[in-house]
Amino acid sequence: MKPVSFVRQVLAVCLYPELLKDNQLPLDVRQRAQRLLQACDGDSVGEDWKKVVVKLLAGVEGEIQTGVLTPTPGPHTLPKLLDECGVTMVPYQLMEDQGWALDLDDLHRALMVARGHCNPRAIYISNPGNPTGHVQDRKSIEEVIQFAAAERLLLLVDEVYQESVHGQGREFISYKKVLFEMGKEYSETVEMVSFHSVSSASFGECGLRAGYMEVVNMDPEVMHYVETLLCTNICAPVTGQLALDLMANPPKPGDSSYDTYTQELVLIRTTLSQNARRAQEFLNDLPGMSCQSAMGGIYLYPRLHLPSEIIEQAKKSEVEPDVLYCQRLLEGEGVLVGAGCQYGEKTGKHHLRLCTLVPPDTLDEVLARLGSFHLRLMSGTTSA
Amino acid sequence: MSQQAVNGVQSRGKVLTLDNMNPNVKQVYYAVRGPIVQRAVQIEKELKEGVKKPFTEVIKANIGDAHAMGQKPITFLRQVLALCSYPELLEDTKFPEDAKKRARRILDACGGHSIGAYSASQGIECIRQDVARYIEKRDGGISSDPDNIFLSTGASDAIVTILKLLVCGEGRDRTGVMISIPQYPLYSAALADLGAVQINYYLDEDKCWGLDVTELKRSLNAARQHCNPRVLCIINPGNPTGQVQSRQCIEDVIRFAKEEHLFLMADEVYQDNVYAEGCEFHSFKKVLFEMGPEYSNTVEMASFHSTSKCYMGECGFRGGYMEIINMDPEVKAQLIKLVSVRLCPPVPGQALLDLVVNPPQPDEPSYATFMKERTAVLAALAEKAKITEQIFNTVPGITCNPVQGAMYTFPRITLPQKAIDKAKAEDQAPDMLYCMRLLEEEGICLVPGSGFGQREGTFHFRMTILPPTEKLKIVLQKISAFHLRFTQEFS
Repeated sequence: MKPVSFVRQVLAVCLYPELLKDNQLPLDVRQRAQRLLQACDGDSVGEDWKKVVVKLLAGVEGEIQTGVLTPTPGPHTLPKLLDECGVTMVPYQLMEDQGWALDLDDLHRALMVARGHCNPRAIYISNPGNPTGHVQDRKSIEEVIQFAAAERLLLLVDEVYQESVHGQGREFISYKKVLFEMGKEYSETVEMVSFHSVSSASFGECGLRAGYMEVVNMDPEVMHYVETLLCTNICAPVTGQLALDLMANPPKPGDSSYDTYTQELVLIRTTLSQNARRAQEFLNDLPGMSCQSAMGGIYLYPRLHLPSEIIEQAKKSEVEPDVLYCQRLLEGEGVLVGAGCQYGEKTGKHHLRLCTLVPPDTLDEVLARLGSFHLRLMSGTTSA
Repeated sequence: MSQQAVNGVQSRGKVLTLDNMNPNVKQVYYAVRGPIVQRAVQIEKELKEGVKKPFTEVIKANIGDAHAMGQKPITFLRQVLALCSYPELLEDTKFPEDAKKRARRILDACGGHSIGAYSASQGIECIRQDVARYIEKRDGGISSDPDNIFLSTGASDAIVTILKLLVCGEGRDRTGVMISIPQYPLYSAALADLGAVQINYYLDEDKCWGLDVTELKRSLNAARQHCNPRVLCIINPGNPTGQVQSRQCIEDVIRFAKEEHLFLMADEVYQDNVYAEGCEFHSFKKVLFEMGPEYSNTVEMASFHSTSKCYMGECGFRGGYMEIINMDPEVKAQLIKLVSVRLCPPVPGQALLDLVVNPPQPDEPSYATFMKERTAVLAALAEKAKITEQIFNTVPGITCNPVQGAMYTFPRITLPQKAIDKAKAEDQAPDMLYCMRLLEEEGICLVPGSGFGQREGTFHFRMTILPPTEKLKIVLQKISAFHLRFTQEFS
């Protein structure tokens, strides 16, 4: 996918201010760069925001470990990150047949079980969900907030895909907004940290490594340590911070770049939305595969209903069946997708994670190859 | 129902408080951005709001942030980065061919030809290859394997990653890490965070902050009583002390590490910042290999470098790398896994690093300007290092070792007993009291020596030599005058 012109133009000027004199660059680009260059002494947020907050929650070694409730399926880097911080992962299962919605009962179950072996202190939410693409409705968000309040859990809310919502009739509502609309009893007490990033927004600037977190109701004495920990990272890369500012502060109607910027963003969003729909229909139609619609995010997470021979072969090779599937897909068709077990699935169900934020031609190619591979596998014509 | 509700206890108060947060984090301090800087930022806000002060600006001589203090970026570096950010500029005739060539090469190595794409977790391969070649050239041909190069988010990231691998054990078996005193507080902060045991070895102030193996031995033997020492960290050129270790010293340290079975961490981010006559940077890798296979095949080591210092000063880009030597292959596999968790180092920083290790060559159009700018930056720093030493040494009560390298001076200050007593009564380090007063009276922000560690009963401050020469002279004069006033007031 192409980077957004406005962002890259501003970045280029910030990097090489000689370009401030370049009349071929739009005026608003040059003005914005000028402002940003003047401001380049600002406050910073470390890129390791998740680690910073999780670290604070970690307990004393040797004593009972802190637990964090985490979604299954969920972001694949989360288990390693929690492990690195010495914190126990407490998985809660999302409901596949309800579009991967949160199951309040399962949250309670997970918490109950967890209390036997660790000290659960936080709950991690991914909304829109990674890899599921589920976008929570207001009621679900309220339930989670009430749950967190009642059970005294810190809310860690990963909202990095908030700008990629494409489902019909579904809208992204931030946890913070819902929290504050629930009245003082909640908005003044529930402790929460929400996260966003330039990697996952329509910008897709993963390589710049920047994001932000907003901290709500945290004990001010603890906040001091958030700042201390962030200090030792010195700062988030400045190029990333600049991109973040542009994301938060895009061109307005009347600005020279507004039209191009809006067009580019609309194109990205429509591509994503059309891709998601097209891919979901195609995959869901394949025998031995079922795929929930994604309401948001940049992935699809179809379920594989694998024949028993494949499961056996996987057992023999000592890999998970979905890993075997992905290996063969890679070898046979040169297509790389994620295997569901990476995202926490331990229930004997198998999935794939497919990225839908790609040019339409690429998606067509991917679907063609994947479809062809899958059909061969299901009819038993793929070699062992 | 929650436990508290079941027990009938009313739960008020926060889930996350000082009492129940990670206790290790409470031991983390980073003096370079500690309370004195917070006050400095507050004062700057007050100045903006029109509050009257004895000065019109705060001079932040606390942190090695070259550009913030007016050092100009190197043109070539910024041209290539601009081209990488907005490749349409490749059509622009204003940019020289050698810059375009490098931009194209970097973009070709990026996913989708964009620096916005995630890179491989270990760093873009062709950049690691360039880093390896740079190291070979620097070290007189000693070979460097790109697979042993890990690009990182500044050197700090790589340093913490390696420390993470090294720390294990409980109680008396807990990993101990040797670090020089004075030290750069990233180390003490990381060790506190990881719950490792910090083992201090003292540099010799009277011998220009030299390192003595007998002191290493003393420190190690004492530490063996209560922990399991496994790592030796050395910063060369030194921070905050600026000393450039002699070749003999480096050999001694390597020998010591081998005898005592220690993992060596060589922080060499200031390797281009060497000013004093007779001083030369010798990389630990080079010396190790020149000591023969008995050492080069066995001593386990990691060396660190960064784009934040030297002549580039590009701190904001968070570019850096480490080279690992003789690491157990199974541990290396774990390292590769570990770095994958944070996906990848910032790609602009990687691109910048590539230019640092792959600068314009004599036959290229940008060479002349590049060399001129580079030389100017380093020459200015050398001059400022000298001026600083000279001026401080004229002040009774301030003793300043030659600033052989790096970007800082760490002079010793004699404080009157009354000042020491006052500080103690206020539960403050005496050099912190001194620095706070300097900030309030002159708007100059330094870091007290207590933030870096120092011998008991001695006091220091760390000042950067980064402000432009004329401003630096004024700063030196103001500090000198302040010191005399302070001494008077508390006598």
